[in-house]
Amino acid sequence: MEGVERVFERMVHEHQDRLYALGYALTGNRHDAEEVAQDTLLRAYRALVTYSPDRVRELKQRPWLHRIAINVARNRHRGLRPRLVELNGSEQDTTPGPEARALRQAQLHDVTAALAGLPPRYREAVVLRYVQDLSYDEAAQVLGQPVGTVKSNVHRALKLLRGENHDRAND
Amino acid sequence: MTVQTTDLKELGRLKAPAGFSERVLSQAGIGDTYAVFDTVLGPVHVAWNGHGVSAAMRVGSDEEFEEWFEREVGRPLTAAAPPADLAARLANELGGRRGLRFDLRGLTEFEQSVLRKAREIPRGQVRPYGWIAREIGHPRAVRAVGTALANNPIPYFIPCHRVVRSDGVIGNYGGGGPEAKKQILSLEGVRLSKLQELARSGYRYEGVRSTKIYCYPTCHHARRAQERNVVWLHDEAEARAQGFRPCKVCRPPAAAA
Repeated sequence: MEGVERVFERMVHEHQDRLYALGYALTGNRHDAEEVAQDTLLRAYRALVTYSPDRVRELKQRPWLHRIAINVARNRHRGLRPRLVELNGSEQDTTPGPEARALRQAQLHDVTAALAGLPPRYREAVVLRYVQDLSYDEAAQVLGQPVGTVKSNVHRALKLLRGENHDRAND
Repeated sequence: MTVQTTDLKELGRLKAPAGFSERVLSQAGIGDTYAVFDTVLGPVHVAWNGHGVSAAMRVGSDEEFEEWFEREVGRPLTAAAPPADLAARLANELGGRRGLRFDLRGLTEFEQSVLRKAREIPRGQVRPYGWIAREIGHPRAVRAVGTALANNPIPYFIPCHRVVRSDGVIGNYGGGGPEAKKQILSLEGVRLSKLQELARSGYRYEGVRSTKIYCYPTCHHARRAQERNVVWLHDEAEARAQGFRPCKVCRPPAAAA
């Protein structure tokens, strides 16, 4: 038992930022980002305690956690568009200085708004590849899709994000 | 606006908010949380986690407790609302009814056995350090027992204050110094002045003539004896010479044959 707890403590410290960023990219606001990251880690813990020591040791934590997070985010937002508007005053940014913070906040808002406008399959693919910096192989593994499908979804997402015509991208 | 891959990578550099990992670990029952409880000893800071109560200390402020916990236990700690029944269970424990679970994982096996043994000493009684050492099977490790008790992370609830020096000196106390130790023992009904008077005169055991049994002076059975049957004894050899046997409840040492 203690072994699993140590593994989990390290896992939380190592992956918390990554999972929070993933939650933010998929939901578009801090509150939901934190909930996605927290739910992901708690689900991971409940699974870990049932695994054999060998399985825990051989676990590829990054893709495994991403797969859980994608499911958590999907379940939370089934049938919903991600929330775009943040409540003022509830956020604490880690960047110093009010100007830098405001600027970055505006950028973040634009980026997440653009991501929110994408169809979910494009959004998930491009977020895993570029926000989370997974390889195509890893992203394909996380999404349970062929690599080619992920590549073309990322490609289409990027076209839409750059403002290129959706219809032509679908040709 | 158009979004470039560099914007997406920037998004990936976001950091989880402060305290996030602590909240997750605490939710999983791994990290520790704490609150302040009003007890018969005054306000006590108590930390707990999924395994039980992990630390307690009387301190002046939250910051002081957090610093102490960081130093002594070294796990992440956050303030939180306590489980509904914890306040009542803490009060029961101080009142002599045991029902708390403790998390002693960070301690060595020796330290754990010392603290578990200290927990067997009933409220209102005291035992010498050597008693613990003998009971846990390390009769010569008296100093190590003292160190383990001094580092007790859960004083008051694990009653290290009930272990005193056999010469009557109250001895050091990790839970707030000798004065605090005296205060708690008095609160529990130990007659310290009597105890110290006996110790100064070199008396360590109370023999009961009618039963031919000798006890530590605070043992429940010794205190039940009638005044006229009581005889004070310097050591186990004297007890043996006068035909006494050790009490089976408080278990003072037997004289070497």
